Amino acid sequence: MNGDTTFEPEFRTVRAHTFGDDIDTDIIIPARVLSQRTPEVLRAHCMEPLAPDFADRVTPGDVLVAGRNFGCGSSREHAVLALQACELSCVVARSFARIFFRNSINRAFPLLICPEAVDAIADGQEIGIDLDRGRIEVDGTIYQARPLPEFLQGIIRAGGLVEYVRRTLAERAAA
Amino acid sequence: MGMTAAEKIFAAHAGLAAVSAGEIVVAKPDRMMLHDITGELAFAIFRSMGATEVCDPDKVVLVGDHYSPPPHPEAAALLAKMERFARDMEVQHVFTTGQGIEHTLLPERGLLKPGNLVIGTDSHTCTAGAFSALGTGMGSSDVAAAMALGEMWFMVPETIRATYVGRRPAWITGKDLILALLARITVDGATYKCVEFDGEAIASLNMDERMALCNMTVEGGAKTCFVAPDDTLRAWAVGKHGEGALDHLVESDADAIYSQHQVIDVSELEPQCAVPFSPDNVVPVGELRGTRVNQVYIGNCSNGTMTDLRQAASVLRGRKVAPGVRCIVVPATQRIAAQAAREGIMETLLEAGAIVGPSTCGACAGLHMGVMSDDEVAVATTNRNYRGRMGAFSSRIHLANAWVAAASAVAGEIVHPGEVVTGEAMAA
Repeated sequence: MNGDTTFEPEFRTVRAHTFGDDIDTDIIIPARVLSQRTPEVLRAHCMEPLAPDFADRVTPGDVLVAGRNFGCGSSREHAVLALQACELSCVVARSFARIFFRNSINRAFPLLICPEAVDAIADGQEIGIDLDRGRIEVDGTIYQARPLPEFLQGIIRAGGLVEYVRRTLAERAAA
Repeated sequence: MGMTAAEKIFAAHAGLAAVSAGEIVVAKPDRMMLHDITGELAFAIFRSMGATEVCDPDKVVLVGDHYSPPPHPEAAALLAKMERFARDMEVQHVFTTGQGIEHTLLPERGLLKPGNLVIGTDSHTCTAGAFSALGTGMGSSDVAAAMALGEMWFMVPETIRATYVGRRPAWITGKDLILALLARITVDGATYKCVEFDGEAIASLNMDERMALCNMTVEGGAKTCFVAPDDTLRAWAVGKHGEGALDHLVESDADAIYSQHQVIDVSELEPQCAVPFSPDNVVPVGELRGTRVNQVYIGNCSNGTMTDLRQAASVLRGRKVAPGVRCIVVPATQRIAAQAAREGIMETLLEAGAIVGPSTCGACAGLHMGVMSDDEVAVATTNRNYRGRMGAFSSRIHLANAWVAAASAVAGEIVHPGEVVTGEAMAA
């Protein structure tokens, strides 16, 4: 394991929690707990079907690493809320399911598409994350995630869809 | 260059003459549908956006179905919040007292026409493809934004053409056709794409079976799907909406560009079953013979139609659900339940020992009325067999058509329906 001293300053050292392909929204947050969506409830049940102890072992800033098609299934935006309730920095995956991807952009929750990094990361490993540049450092090797389309970057820069709509409504009112 | 049906519908709703796959457009949906769980979050987001009124109260459809009737006070509170939002925003189409499951209710109540663009806070909004419309599931923020602005951004999808050739054999339904496709393309094979269905076997499906087909395209990752208009669709549309419903019929041009073409021969297809824990984990039902079942679930937004209830009843008529098996039947809407009562289907189901539940998403989403314990095994006509979907994380769901589900209820194990029923009942 490389020490912090080898990292460039913009990399933040975080711990990775790895999962496989096709992690669905019922795993990220089961529907039955959604009648109450406080951060405490969402955090306590996040990833529960596969990893009942996830809430105990995740610490703020950690990164979830997954295979293909992360977030498939339901449209429930609570899946993103649950990952945010765990105070995860981001999810790094080979690919993301469509609705989950949109929901994450809308809530300005960073997703990094980077199959090469996924291959390199072991469960529990400390890695470096540079969210501004979409870079991941694993054992001294730096991986670059795929850039997002400009339109989506605009929503993230606005702080998510709520701010984007708030701004648009204000512009319409002023026009 | 020709356009696909999906490109035409997005172009029409974006006010553009032509669009092509990959383009990002801003389009105005005809309907915005929300349910009690994801709706409640959307209402909160809508207010946090500073919005004070919905762009067009006639376009919004609110359905309390996931938790109706409510199993606990928190669920009742979600329904109350939905009713409150409806009052505050003068929403025109509100179904919060058990009228049915949204994807079936929308066409039933005349809120969906061919050529429409529908968004919903539920992934199975793609069911609208059965009606030559485009439906797509989105998150609560997206639909909240659309309610506030009247428009939303969309990436125009590429289209996968799925052609089903050959004559559909006995016991093969829309469910089997979509499971066969999922087996081939896998759970992310259609991600971001539209799946357009055609071929002899599709033309032979009634509207109910087309809903079952389209409902599960999202299990392949699809953004949306589409069945081209034909005589069956035209008859439905005219019966439901009058001749005017045919004004906006859309179909793909002959020279439209598809991203891929899947051709599936159904002439030798056996009933299909998706085994745990993925909808693309599909095997012929014969391979599962001897798998003991604790629960059979017939219903939900994919297979709670009259067609499904008639199939189930034809198997259960004069027979009994096996001892120890919970057989739960959930008509997708109250009107379907009433029709089933008129046809004597309710009596048949009850006499066979089935439990007939209210029209709700309940057990399908692991919420109430049919939640499974550790290691229990189900056969369900639902659309997801994810880990823990219907209850305990070790419980196991097998997805199949209503014939297979009902036959398995009688046998107490997964069986081919032909083993339980003699040939003449298939005509029902």
